[in-house]
Amino acid sequence: MKWQEVHITDVLVIGAGLAGERVAIEAAMHGHETTILSLVPPRRSHSTAAQGGMQASLANVAMGYGDNADIHFEDTVKGSDWGAEQDVVRRFVNLAPIAVRQLAHWGVPWTRVVPGKKTLPSGTEIEDLAEKEGLIAQRAFGGTAKWRTCYAADGTGHVLQYAMDSVVVKLGVTVHDRMEAVSLIHDGENCYGCIARCLRSGRLRAYLAKATVIATGGYGRIYGTSTNAVINEGTGMAIALDTGVVPLGNMEAVQFHPTGIVPTNILVTEGCRGDGGYLLDKNLHRFMPDYEPAKKELASRDVVSRRMTYHIRQGFGVESPYGPHLWLDIRHLGPEHIHTNLREVASICKNFLDIDPVDSLIPVVPTQHYSMGGVRTNKDGDAYGLKGLFAAGESACWDLHGFNRLGGNSLAETVVMGMVVGMRVAEYVREAPLNFTPRLVSDAAAKQEARIEALLSNKQGEEYVYELRRRMEETLLENVGIFRDHAKLEHAVEVLKDLHARSYRIRLRSNGLGPNPEVGAALRLPGMLKLALCIAYGALKRTESRGSHYREDYPQRDDTNWLKRTLAYWPEGAELPELKYEPVTIIELPPGERGYGETVRSTGVTMGE
Amino acid sequence: MSNRTLTFSIFRYNPATPEIKPRMQDFQLDETADMSVFIALNRLREEQDPSLMFDFVCRAAVCGSCAMLINGRPRLACKTLIKDLPEHITLMPLPVFKLIGDLSVDTGTWFHDLNIRTETWIHTDKNFDPKAVEERMDNPTALEIYEAERCIECGCCIAACATANIRADFIGAAGLNRIARFLIDPRDQRTPAQIFEVVGTDEGIFGCIGLMACDDLCPLELPLQSQLAFVRRKMGLAALKSKRN
Ligand SMILES: Cc1cc2nc3c(=O)[nH]c(=O)nc-3n(C[C@H](O)[C@H](O)[C@H](O)COP(=O)(O)OP(=O)(O)OC[C@H]3O[C@@H](n4cnc5c(N)ncnc54)[C@H](O)[C@@H]3O)c2cc1C
Ligand code: FES
Repeated sequence: MKWQEVHITDVLVIGAGLAGERVAIEAAMHGHETTILSLVPPRRSHSTAAQGGMQASLANVAMGYGDNADIHFEDTVKGSDWGAEQDVVRRFVNLAPIAVRQLAHWGVPWTRVVPGKKTLPSGTEIEDLAEKEGLIAQRAFGGTAKWRTCYAADGTGHVLQYAMDSVVVKLGVTVHDRMEAVSLIHDGENCYGCIARCLRSGRLRAYLAKATVIATGGYGRIYGTSTNAVINEGTGMAIALDTGVVPLGNMEAVQFHPTGIVPTNILVTEGCRGDGGYLLDKNLHRFMPDYEPAKKELASRDVVSRRMTYHIRQGFGVESPYGPHLWLDIRHLGPEHIHTNLREVASICKNFLDIDPVDSLIPVVPTQHYSMGGVRTNKDGDAYGLKGLFAAGESACWDLHGFNRLGGNSLAETVVMGMVVGMRVAEYVREAPLNFTPRLVSDAAAKQEARIEALLSNKQGEEYVYELRRRMEETLLENVGIFRDHAKLEHAVEVLKDLHARSYRIRLRSNGLGPNPEVGAALRLPGMLKLALCIAYGALKRTESRGSHYREDYPQRDDTNWLKRTLAYWPEGAELPELKYEPVTIIELPPGERGYGETVRSTGVTMGE
Repeated sequence: MSNRTLTFSIFRYNPATPEIKPRMQDFQLDETADMSVFIALNRLREEQDPSLMFDFVCRAAVCGSCAMLINGRPRLACKTLIKDLPEHITLMPLPVFKLIGDLSVDTGTWFHDLNIRTETWIHTDKNFDPKAVEERMDNPTALEIYEAERCIECGCCIAACATANIRADFIGAAGLNRIARFLIDPRDQRTPAQIFEVVGTDEGIFGCIGLMACDDLCPLELPLQSQLAFVRRKMGLAALKSKRN
């Protein structure tokens, strides 16, 4: 590797979404030289697409009075179906209000409290107090006892990412966009940075750092049909897994969001239901109260998604060329509310469905949305297995969300965890030397060079990258979705194993030169298939139902055997991950009823009986 | 649904093979229901030419990645539906921005430079106090800032702008809208006169010759015309004041 192709920095952050930028800001504010890599300019990261909001127990609005960190704690642990690390949750709920207020200081135009009497769509009268006027407002989200989700109209992610990036720009942090990390540089004990492929030139580059942070977001795109951006392919998790020593935590925990629109799977925010929207079936019957009398549409996402899928299976879906769907009805919220607090929803409906939700129903179906699993870290963000490697945000398994994340808790996590991990990294870098052997760097680069060479020489085989990829997406969607069972999971594992083997025999159909996208896709695919196998195999082995992981053949949560986290390792050359388990930290709230859907399960009655 | 066969004429250039000059290449594709330019381009890449370069991230009109010239007009490809287009569709990269390859251009670097030049972050001498309750703001002000903050930096207004096409340093409607956002924000302590230092030039507010293609072509329908007028008024006043002093 030539020296001009090597970039040296104190802190290397892979990923420029909210999590990555927040880590970088903290490190830079502590005086460390910091470099961020990203596939795209930071402001195009997927965080900008978040609409609904960010949870923090400010207790500023009528329906939030009395809210505090303890209630936020309880909601989060219940939401996680007791899969969350309680010391992490505690730290998170205590810091979330500070994070929200700091963002206000950085310029986020949070929606503010307007005092006065209001009537909710349910008919309940509430009054926002004059003494709270102008403080940050909250709306309702699923699975929360209080209204706790801070928001800016319904463009919360956009304003957060722009404010965050403006601080990055102000601090002069180095950002290399169109730069894709393709492997980590490590010796099995320490991490020294990464090898990246420049998406402008197609050339490889080495990044050397005392601390490397993975903040690459989720992997929704391995499912094909997902609310995620098309760049959310999980490559950050894959390069950590590739080291053989860093495990991924709870990969089988995959969240489906109740309201992806049909047919494009673009998300409309949970804020729709939070603000009073209903779900209707083909008879225009509001079915959620039948299943969840207490929480109705605002039970947690795993529960609502299951109820919807079950209801469709019972024949109540609306037929369409894209399969059966249900309706989301927000018409009763009125044009004024829709065109201010839900205006992004209105424009999505206009742009992609050619309808106005003020007078039309929105076709929706549960869609892959969030990856609870990721690079397993301790409560400070240190990745297991390699010193000098950290992770934050959706690509990490910190583990705040356990088996089901509450809406609004991810934006909050990116910022809070970004702050925590940033401080940890700043402290680590102060002590850590930057010592690496040139040999290690050139070997790591040579390995990636060889992969590209092999593709360009076109002698490996006949497989076509997009064909294998499509098969992977279909296999996951059909067999590793909302309802799982032994037979489907076993089938998925077999198919994915085969696809994984074939992914090393890809032949390019194009010349592969320069920033060629086919090369990028071919380099990524084996890693994506490894993630797919971690998900499917982890789900096959977990013989219980917990949060988003629902086994029809094991419909109950089994705390006796499964109150533990899956750790998936990938030994070099293996065809399946090696699974280990660790206990979940329970310090405050022992496992119990969730308060939605749970009663059904603990009495042993499965859905459909 | 008509069974049209579409012809796409697409601009091709790979910087890794400079000996092959930029050219237009034709592709044929059968139209399907609800097809957008996003869906069409992905199908072309997966089924016909995997070397085709173009950018998409959110595919939902919120990230600003996919702007290109569609039959000559700057538009977001993800929210452009094929049913609204004729059978023959020409796709070209946006002008003004540096070409990366085929339909992909470097809007990111352009906007990064703009944000540095116009210092688009909150300027304040207040320190953040983690123990304090947030400062109050009235909701109409918050909504007004949000309104100006909605720009997704797609570059359509810049590509459509006559001035930007001849002056590389013109900050354009996106830049002036960004300035408006900070002028409105009470948290930003810069005075209009300080901002005038930054934008009171031909690269800034005086470069605009008022053709207003930006306003017509903004995919988010931002009120660029009124934001421009707002900045111009503020800057005019600031200029007058500084003359008097
Ligand atoms: C449509 C939608 C709406 C949502 N709404 C909400 C909401 O209202 N509230 C809430 O709390 N949560 C919401 N979420 C979830 C939340 O937005 C995400 O979980 C969160 O933004 C993830 O942030 P991140 O920083 O971890 O990753 P991202 O924002 O996804 O950023 C990932 C970054 O990594 C970079 N990257 C990826 N791979 C590589 C690589 N190999 N090399 C270099 N760079 C790489 C990318 O370029 C990008 O910059 C929503 C999610 C979706 C999909
Ligand atoms: S892909 Fe994000 S705006 Fe089109």
